[in-house]
Amino acid sequence: MKHLLAVLVEDKPGVLTRVAGLFSRRGFNIENITVGETVLPGVSRMTITVEGDETVLEQVMKQLNKLINVIKISNLSHEPVVMRELMLIKVRAESQTRNEIQQIVETFRGKVVDVSLDSMIIEVTGNDEKLEAIKQLLHHFGIREIVRTGKIALLRGSKISRDQ
Amino acid sequence: MKMKGAAMVIAALQQEQVDLVFGFPGGTVLPLYDQLYHSGLKHILVRHEQGAVHAADGFARVTGKPGVVFATSGPGATNLVTGIATAYMDSVPLVLITGQVATRFIGTDAFQEADITGITLPVTKHNYLVKDVIDLPDILAEAFYIASTGRNGPVLVDIPKDIFDLEGPFNYDRQREIPGYKPTYEGHAGQVARAVKAIKAARRPLIFAGGGAVRSGAAGELRLLAERGRIPVSLSLMGLGAFPGDSPLFLGMPGMHGTVTANYALTEADLIIAVCVRFDDRVTGRLENFAERAEIIHIDIDPAEIGKNVTIQIPIVGDVRLVLEALLKRLEPGDTAAWLRQIEEWQVKYPLPAGNGGDGGRLKPQFVIREINRLTRGEAVIATDVGQHQMWTAQHYCFREPRTFISSGGLGTMGYGFPAALGVKLALPQRTVFCVTGDGSFQMNIQELATAVGNKIDVKVAIINNGYLGMVRQWQELFYAGRYSHTALTGNPDFARVAEAYGAKGLRASTPAEAAAALEEAMAVAGPVVIDFMVDPEENVFPMVAPNRPINEIITGGNNG
Repeated sequence: MKHLLAVLVEDKPGVLTRVAGLFSRRGFNIENITVGETVLPGVSRMTITVEGDETVLEQVMKQLNKLINVIKISNLSHEPVVMRELMLIKVRAESQTRNEIQQIVETFRGKVVDVSLDSMIIEVTGNDEKLEAIKQLLHHFGIREIVRTGKIALLRGSKISRDQ
Repeated sequence: MKMKGAAMVIAALQQEQVDLVFGFPGGTVLPLYDQLYHSGLKHILVRHEQGAVHAADGFARVTGKPGVVFATSGPGATNLVTGIATAYMDSVPLVLITGQVATRFIGTDAFQEADITGITLPVTKHNYLVKDVIDLPDILAEAFYIASTGRNGPVLVDIPKDIFDLEGPFNYDRQREIPGYKPTYEGHAGQVARAVKAIKAARRPLIFAGGGAVRSGAAGELRLLAERGRIPVSLSLMGLGAFPGDSPLFLGMPGMHGTVTANYALTEADLIIAVCVRFDDRVTGRLENFAERAEIIHIDIDPAEIGKNVTIQIPIVGDVRLVLEALLKRLEPGDTAAWLRQIEEWQVKYPLPAGNGGDGGRLKPQFVIREINRLTRGEAVIATDVGQHQMWTAQHYCFREPRTFISSGGLGTMGYGFPAALGVKLALPQRTVFCVTGDGSFQMNIQELATAVGNKIDVKVAIINNGYLGMVRQWQELFYAGRYSHTALTGNPDFARVAEAYGAKGLRASTPAEAAAALEEAMAVAGPVVIDFMVDPEENVFPMVAPNRPINEIITGGNNG
């Protein structure tokens, strides 16, 4: 079972190492981790997807809480959230396939951000399913490289995860 | 007030009322040691950094105050690691100040550079690499605050050499506000009420307490709970001393080398009041069979301990002394008379193997421990190393007060006992302090004899010398068909003469009569004494539960007299 956690941490050197080290040391599986700034000065937000049953999740949250630099952990797994991830795909594109690719990109509300004689870079944002879907379609043309940012998520409505 | 980084460290120690530091100098801490020179602060020079951290740990375990260590960068810092891990596992407050290469050399593989904050990340409660002298006062205050509050633990502060020499403003504020660190002290009232109800309803309740009961000063409350509630008590190795060992309600230690009664009681209980214990595998045996009939109340200051190994029905997060206080206010005892009768029956039927030392005049290790108990009237502080002698001490010395049994429980660090005993004696100069060790363990930090002699630290060392790494040998005998692979310590020195060479007193005893005489002589001498007890080499520790077996499947006998 996958769980989505939003973790507010102090923006101090080594915080990512502390969090990542904790996961490997205690045998928890991180599927995904992203870090970025927040509206609060000196505070960063990590979005972590972790795999495991409820007991594992409870230990993950308790052990994370013990890290001095961790301020707040919210479990967003059962909350209504907007979740996004950005993916850049470099796909093989000759003159005869370019239009077809363009149409797929438009359907997925993606963007072509670079073009060369035999390739294009496509930028697409969305949740897991959407990114997987476009990847499948573009596979047919020959994907040369992919890079993804990892997932980020916010609670829907006016509630913020600090209040939880 | 402006001052240099090195002076800040000394000033912070003064603010924290630290009057004793253990350490070993080196290149990157030269400015710190120079500042120490005229400071009036007492510093004990050890012979190996591991000795410093164990000594500070022993000091901290008996005083409850953070032990402080200085060490240099690179090997100085890495030599601390075993001691830091020891303290971390047993929740001992330490503040470790290490030198680091100068800021501009960090990351260049400079001489004596080691990434000690990286290395100690998994074995410290928290650690810091100081990058700006401006931050140093706050970091030092945080280090002491974090080490000594909540669940205690070691905190390391790594200070580059140039930071010691740079000047900055010094304002020391002990009242820390750390956004991600808010320990819970008061137990939840609703949970306490549930516990009260469970205790009243229980017919076969058992208190099982550990190291946290010692650290939080809850021995008094624990005793009231047991006596008012008519509830028997078992203590983990770390908990020994939290409840009087001579009370009829005391069942001894549970688990692998626990008493039959404690293991039967844990198995048959309908309610376990678990007070700051970790449910370590050495206590629970095979988890699926552990306390199957019991509801468990678990009191701990660290929420992560609750539910980690065993499912808990009534969790209470908080400082155990405060939680027990709240519990006692509303306590209604249940009817435990039949249960106490059952327990008494077990106690009579299954006493500890005595090892009377009678057979053929062979000296039995259990006899030595009971002689130390008799001659010190159970009033000494005993530090142990790790192995058979540690278990015999836990079984046969009657600990009646908290902070009198000092031992590496979680990590099981051989070499811990002797330096820890030095720290204990420096903290409690009026108390009799013994180190019970083995011929294997003692040689892991034997160099600290120089520290003991040089500083006139009056510790009595009792070596339970069986010529083997005894506990490993016992497992080889029982589980590896007697193949004693590398457990015979051939080449052991004459420990009494080693002691004499260092300038300590050295004694040797091979019979029960010699043992008693040697102990009396040792206690009459002022200053460090090493007594080499030549015991029956193949004596085993019993009772014993084989690893990963249910704890009521306990082997009681063997070769004991």
